[in-house]
Formats: sequence, structure tokens, C-alpha cells
Amino acid sequence: MFAVLRIALRALRRNILRSFLTMLGIIVGIASVIVGVSMGTGAKADVDKRIASMGQNLLVVMSGNMSRGGARGGFGSTPNISPGDYDALRREVAGVVGASPEVRANAQIAAGNQNTFVQVSGVSADYADVRSWEFKSGGNFSDADVRNANKVCLIGATTAKTLFGENIDPVGQIVRVKNAPISIVGWLSPKGVNSFGQDQDDIVLMPYTSVMKRLSGDTMFRSLNIQVEGPNVISDVQTNIYELLRQRHKIQPGRDDDFMVRNQQEMSDFFNANNRVMTILIGFFAGISLVVGGIGIMNIMLVSVTERTREIGIRLAVGARGRDVLLQFLTEAVLLSAAGGALGIGTGYWLAPLLTKYFEFPTLISNSSVIMAFTVSAIIGIVFGFFPALKAARLDPIDALRFE
Amino acid sequence: MSVPVIQLDDFRKTYITGEVEVKAVRGVTLSIQPGEFVAIMGASGSGKSTMMNTLGCLDRPTSGRFLLDGVNVGELDRDELADLRNRKIGFVFQGFNLLARTSAAENVELPMLYSRPPIPSSEQRERAMASLSLVGLAERSDHTPSQLSGGQQQRVAIARGLVNQPKLLLADEPTGNLDSRTSIEIMGIFQKLNEQGITIVMVTHELDIARYCRRVVVMRDGLVRSDEAVKDRFLAGEELAKLDAEQKAVQLT
Repeated sequence: MFAVLRIALRALRRNILRSFLTMLGIIVGIASVIVGVSMGTGAKADVDKRIASMGQNLLVVMSGNMSRGGARGGFGSTPNISPGDYDALRREVAGVVGASPEVRANAQIAAGNQNTFVQVSGVSADYADVRSWEFKSGGNFSDADVRNANKVCLIGATTAKTLFGENIDPVGQIVRVKNAPISIVGWLSPKGVNSFGQDQDDIVLMPYTSVMKRLSGDTMFRSLNIQVEGPNVISDVQTNIYELLRQRHKIQPGRDDDFMVRNQQEMSDFFNANNRVMTILIGFFAGISLVVGGIGIMNIMLVSVTERTREIGIRLAVGARGRDVLLQFLTEAVLLSAAGGALGIGTGYWLAPLLTKYFEFPTLISNSSVIMAFTVSAIIGIVFGFFPALKAARLDPIDALRFE
Repeated sequence: MSVPVIQLDDFRKTYITGEVEVKAVRGVTLSIQPGEFVAIMGASGSGKSTMMNTLGCLDRPTSGRFLLDGVNVGELDRDELADLRNRKIGFVFQGFNLLARTSAAENVELPMLYSRPPIPSSEQRERAMASLSLVGLAERSDHTPSQLSGGQQQRVAIARGLVNQPKLLLADEPTGNLDSRTSIEIMGIFQKLNEQGITIVMVTHELDIARYCRRVVVMRDGLVRSDEAVKDRFLAGEELAKLDAEQKAVQLT
């Protein structure tokens, strides 16, 4: 076996440029597999991280159903969760430790001579806890603020920076929203950009009562954020919410829900579905380039067999069996493709961080993808090297010796 | 009496190329005993190449029987033929057929790569060196064919042919690509090996080369026309001395 390897290595070294060019197809293919899969894994890891950053043991109730009447309205397209639903949920469902509706309004807000267009979210006093917001300065508004629809707000780091400048504590300042003066009671710590490229810190949080009354005029909620006691009660709470809301919305058995309840796992699955499609797509194209690389190997091995017909004849004459010749050429092909695979993996390791650096695309190279890539490249060598090797093994020694 | 190295009984070989049937050999009966040194002669088309391929176990008879050292070659499959060649036959070709860019020693080791059971690599190297010493090339063992003269390359090929201690050394026009002096030297090596008891069969079309052998078989149209012992046998040592004298004479005049 060692002798076979040595002979194969020598044969490949003899045509070093040709060997390299042949490997190039495999190198490109394997590198794209590595990078492609790393993009998929990276994006998934990123989504998981962002969703975890939303808070712990979270459920989101969204109004509207994704496929109502065959048309996808999208969740939240028609707010239909009433304040009564919200109160009932808080009262009747066990295991809920915090809950907050979310109503949204976009508004021009101003402070001094600065102004900005921002998303104003109306939430309850639980919201900051539920979504793991922390305070850089100041604090949360109270349940009383919510009850009375007081003119108070919490301000996100980006919005504060736009209105007041960097590192200036905005707590105690007044912003004007639709000419109503609102006092800032809390300055939120930054959370960064979410997986859709949205700046989570460009935000103003107000009591939902205030938003509904002063800004949006809504009477229904788009969504509810609910925090439950612990991971083991999530599905129970989810079921209870379903039952409660179906009952309150008077949905007949067998009819579709007009809301949905998602836990974090489901949200992560939902967003990762897109990533998976992307990974499959990249994998598909990488697979094509691997096949092309394999054909390149087959082509060169066929040329090599023809060139070395006389050598094969000599080996057969002195007693090599067909199987010995087959093994020799197969080893060369596998060596070519496996070396290409190794170089491709190296290239992938080099490219993936560049992608992250210059295009801010999260990448993560998993060990399993490396092992898979290497195995695939070796298999390509066997598959595409087999036909040329068989051709060599089947040569007639007399014809091969006579070959010029 | 010992087993003949070669026993051909009514050996026939017919090639079919498309519609045409070519009867290359049309019934040859021949026996070669151990220790013989036989030249098979004939013009092209006489069937001597077919004889060569068959004696070398590269091809099987169409009909008739061929026993090599008692083994019926006609009954063997491809792999068994390969093993038989490996164990019992050493080849020497007209064009040397050494592996390029491979050292003399490694060329000589080549048949042992395919020996069953496998031979340990240290023993392979030992036997290759011994075989190279036999043809006087031990000190060139690390040279590649391109660094060797034609005569030296043919000696490497002979060393390769001998390395598995075959029953038969089979040479196909071994002097065809060599000048007259080197040819005599190569024939000298064959004579020396034959004296040590090695059986040699050689195909040639050169009459004077055939005279270094002990027995000449002449073929024409696929049949043996004559088969007799060589009279006035050339001895390589004497012929070289004569050649030296002639060359000296040319320079003197």
C-alpha cells in the first residue's frame, strides 16, 4: 500500500502544474461548500443569538393569521387582540410572570432644535423586563403611568444620540411628540442591530395607553409579549392561551385561529427556514462545481492513462494484475481530489472570515462541514477516477507495450 | 529427464481482424529444455512475434497446447497469467522499456512490487542490487534511464528480467537498438548467464546475433522451417577482441 502511494505521489509530482490545475476544480467546489455552509450556520447562530437576546422564556401572541382566506395577511396585519383579551390572559393563564401588549406608531419627535422620525412602541410596565431591556440611566415607568396614560417614555440609545448627542443623559428631558410634551424617564442600554438589519435601539417606548390615546388611535393590539415562569411550562401556557383566545374570539372548533402564539424556538425555526433555503441553494451550486471538478479529474486521468500506456504495458508484462493497475490509478485520482479537498477546506477557512469582515455576513465553520467536505472530495476521486483506472487495468499488455 | 521449460504441441494462433482471419502460427511443435539458449529467427510476418507473445504468456494459443515449466498456459485466466509472468518469465525488450525518471534500482525492483506473497522492501533492494551486479551495473543503481547509455539501459532491463529468478529469460530483438560493439557486449552477458544455467529464448532477425546462441529455430509463414544447433558459435569475448583489432587496424592505416 505504501509503495502504491509512493508511485502515485511521484506520478503527480511529475506534472505538478497539471495536478494543481486539476485540483483547482475541487478546491473551488470544496471552498464554496465550506463557505456556503458556514454562511448558513453563521446566520442560524446569529438568529438564535438575537432571539435569545429578546428575553428568556418568551411567548409572542400575534394577531391575524398567516393564511386567512387563502391570502397571507401576515401576522399583525389586522390588530384584533383587545385589551379585554390581554386582561383575561393576565388574570386566567397560570405561569405567566409578565405580559405586555405592543402597539406601534411612527411619529416625528423633537427635542430642542433636533428631530427624528421614530417608531414609538406602546407597551406595559412589564415590557422592559420581558424583553430584557436594561437601563443606562433612569428607570421604568409604572403601572400607574399605564393606567393614567401618562406622558412618559423610555428612549433607545440611538434615538437619544440623535436628539441629544452622544453620551448625554436624556433622562428628565422633554421630547415633543405631535406637540405633546413627553418626559423621558429611562435611557435604555443598546441592544444592537437585529437579524433583519434593523437598529433595535432607534426606539421610544411609552405606556400603551398613551400611544393608543394620543398617537395611533388604535383600540386593538397587534401583539402581546408574554414571559412565562420557566422553559417547562412554555407549552402548557401556549395551549392555555390558545384555548382562552379561541374562546374569547368565539372561534368554532375546526375553524382557523385568527391569532397565533409563537415561542422562541418556533420563531427561530421560522427565520432559519430562509437560511436553510439559502444554504441548500449554495450547497447545490457548490455541488455542481464539485461535479465539474470531478469531471476535470476524470479528464486528466484519461489523458494520463493514454500517456502512460507503455508504462502500464511494462507493469502488466512483469506481472502486475489488472487490479494492481486499477489501484494505482485510483490512488492517484483520490490523492488529487483529497489534496484538492484539503486545499479547498484551507481556502474556505481563509475566505469565510473575509466575508464576515467585508460584508458583515455572519459565518461559522462547523467541524461536521469540514469532515463532510473532505469525505465528499475523496469520494469524488473514487467515482471519477474509477473509469480511467478501469480503462488502464483492462489494457491488453501486448497492445500497451507496442503503443507509441 | 527434467520438465521442459517450454513445450509447444501443435500450437496455432489465428487473429480475426474484422472479416479477415490471419493465421499467424499454423501448427508449431517445439520443446526447449532447461539451460538452452535458443534464437527464434524469421522475417516479419513469419509468426515470430506471435511466438514471442505466447511464450511470454502475454497471449494464449488459439489451439494446441503450451506448457511453461509444466503449467498449461491455455487454461489460465488474466490474473493467473500475470502471476505466471511474474514468477517464471523475465522480459528483455528491443526498446528496453524501462520506466523513465525512475532509478535503475527501482526499475529492477518493479517485478517484485507485484510478487505474491509480497517481498519486504529491504529484500527487494538487496535482490535488485545483486541483480544489477550480475550485469555489472551495481555502481549505477541510482541513475535514471536518461543518464545511461543504450547498452547500460539494456543491462538494467536484463537485471530486471532476472530479479525474480525466472525459469525463462525471454528477449525480443535485444540488440535491435544497439550498435555492434554494445550488441556483442549484451550477447556476452547472455552467454555468461546461460553458462550459469539460465534458459534464454531470443527473437531476432540478425543472423550474426543468432550465432551467439546454441540453437536456432527458423520460422516462415507460421511454421518452423528449420531447427538445429549452431555451428561455429560466436563467443562474445573473442568477437570483442577481433573488433578491437579491426578498429585498431583502421586507425593504423
